[in-house]
Amino acid sequence: MAEVLESSQPIGSMDSRAKWKYLDNILTRTGPFTDEDFPCGEGAIESLSRAKVLVIGAGGLGCEILKNLALSGFQDIHVIDMDTIDVSNLNRQFLFRHADVGKYKADVAAKFVEKRVKGVKITPYCGKIQDKDEEYYMQFSLIVCGLDSIEARRWINATLVSMFDDTDSDSLKPLIDGGTEGFKGQARVILPTITSCIECQLDMHAPRAAVPLCTLATIPRQPQHCIEWAHIIAWEEERKDITLDTDDSEHITWLFQKALKRAQEFNIAGVTYSMTQGVVKNIIPAIASTNAIIAASSCNEAFKIATGGSNPFLGTPGADNYMMYTGDDSIYTYTFEHEKKPDCPVCGNLARPLKVDQRFTLEEFLDGLAERPESQLKKPSIRTEGKSLYYQSPPSLEEQTRPNLFKKLNELVEEGEEVVITDPAIPGQFKYKLRFS
Amino acid sequence: MLKIWSMKQKQQQDEAATAGSKKKKVTAAQLRVQKDLADLSLGSTMKLSFPNPDDIMNFNFTIEPDEGIYKGGKFLFDFKINQNFPHEPPKVKCTQTLYHPNIDIEGNVCLNVLREDWKPVLNLNAVMVGLQFLFLEPNASDPLNKEAAEDLKINREGFKRNVRAAMGGGTVKGRTYDRVLK
Repeated sequence: MAEVLESSQPIGSMDSRAKWKYLDNILTRTGPFTDEDFPCGEGAIESLSRAKVLVIGAGGLGCEILKNLALSGFQDIHVIDMDTIDVSNLNRQFLFRHADVGKYKADVAAKFVEKRVKGVKITPYCGKIQDKDEEYYMQFSLIVCGLDSIEARRWINATLVSMFDDTDSDSLKPLIDGGTEGFKGQARVILPTITSCIECQLDMHAPRAAVPLCTLATIPRQPQHCIEWAHIIAWEEERKDITLDTDDSEHITWLFQKALKRAQEFNIAGVTYSMTQGVVKNIIPAIASTNAIIAASSCNEAFKIATGGSNPFLGTPGADNYMMYTGDDSIYTYTFEHEKKPDCPVCGNLARPLKVDQRFTLEEFLDGLAERPESQLKKPSIRTEGKSLYYQSPPSLEEQTRPNLFKKLNELVEEGEEVVITDPAIPGQFKYKLRFS
Repeated sequence: MLKIWSMKQKQQQDEAATAGSKKKKVTAAQLRVQKDLADLSLGSTMKLSFPNPDDIMNFNFTIEPDEGIYKGGKFLFDFKINQNFPHEPPKVKCTQTLYHPNIDIEGNVCLNVLREDWKPVLNLNAVMVGLQFLFLEPNASDPLNKEAAEDLKINREGFKRNVRAAMGGGTVKGRTYDRVLK
């Protein structure tokens, strides 16, 4: 298969736009649903080829997304992934070959797609999304996520929301998020601060199903219970000083042997090495075609957004922004509008610049806030990312942070640093970026 | 309608905006913990202490039950909350060796809201009240320490005596427990 693919003529070897004939049919014509401002023709073609798009994740979804974007006419693609290729990825992460095992996914995926689709530039970054700052994310027109982690989604979402500046339309970065689990998946579009964000939608993620600890400890019924017992209880009892590394085959083997022995005691069949690996690493069976469906949907939205209204897209303010897909019980899709939460901790109340006299004490500052009609705080607690400035409760923390009340603001907070204030009297929170005067 | 396709490159960055942009921002998890701390209503039997007051995601929690079998004891727990909170529950461990049907020798706690019944709408108060409840009503049907659970089921009075002995730092069924009396 690999040989066939690689020896075939790369797309784009023809030196013309002929290869984009069908794409251009869409971009050079209007239809009944095109936006009246759609830059039909040259304008649309140019905005697509100049769009700089970031793909987060180069795994199951990421391979599909990179391939789709490159074949849809995007020419400047960046990709971030911190992972290296594992042999178990090869069944569906089709940009990787056996010889690539151990190499960084972002690197290999970028090289493969660049080679296969002439004219596309893919810039990989092998590392964490948290390594990059706002200046980095500011360069992109839109961001497409193919992640398996809720933590990473929450991080990029919070970053994009806080980057938004209402005086600068370029600071609005549409976020397209695809996600799959077995036969199920979702594609959604977030326009930071305008439409419902990932944090608003946090309850759309089902929490990981957990078995009561006492079931694991006393009456296991399933092979998975025996594995979780070995993972949570036996390891702690017998190998407390060794940090469990789920990628270390010796560690997995130890857990597997423990689980197997326990399963035999309780007459439970079915504990295997690969099941042990699956339970311990919380591997969710990935289905290649679910990834293909979700990635296709995500990339179509990216295409529509980048070409400026060729067709209505998911996430248009006031319209649907979330498409769920279920393939395990027959086949079902449902598209709806998930509404913004007014008290969302991320997009509910954006950080506003606030001018304060740096010689104010924290107490004077809080008293001043209490008098502002917008806040009317009664028992405010306040912190920066790294510092607890003042907490009303619990009593021990109140006592520990009380001395800060008498310190001057410039001893506690840096110029431009964000402070967050909560109060039991108000549902959301206030965020301010302090500017000293 | 948004004009997202206006791709003109911004020539000058607003310097003031970038100056503040590299500073870290309070995370959604921290914010939620901050709210949960403000909403605590624990009474006099439960206390929190913060080894590092700037870090509200890791703290110690003490229960001193004023009634029930465990009255007179002082029980210590360690709370660790990660950035996935409240999607994931806090990680809670008892830091003492206790004779308790729902707490094992390693300090693991069998409390439904810490695992299978955790929901993001629950808060730290719910977890703490749940922990206290384990000392008021130890539960023999969810055993983590099987011997203690059997003991409670078969002979409640004998179990009470064993709890008192264990709390005093004594030995029960061949195992020595931590002294946890106030």
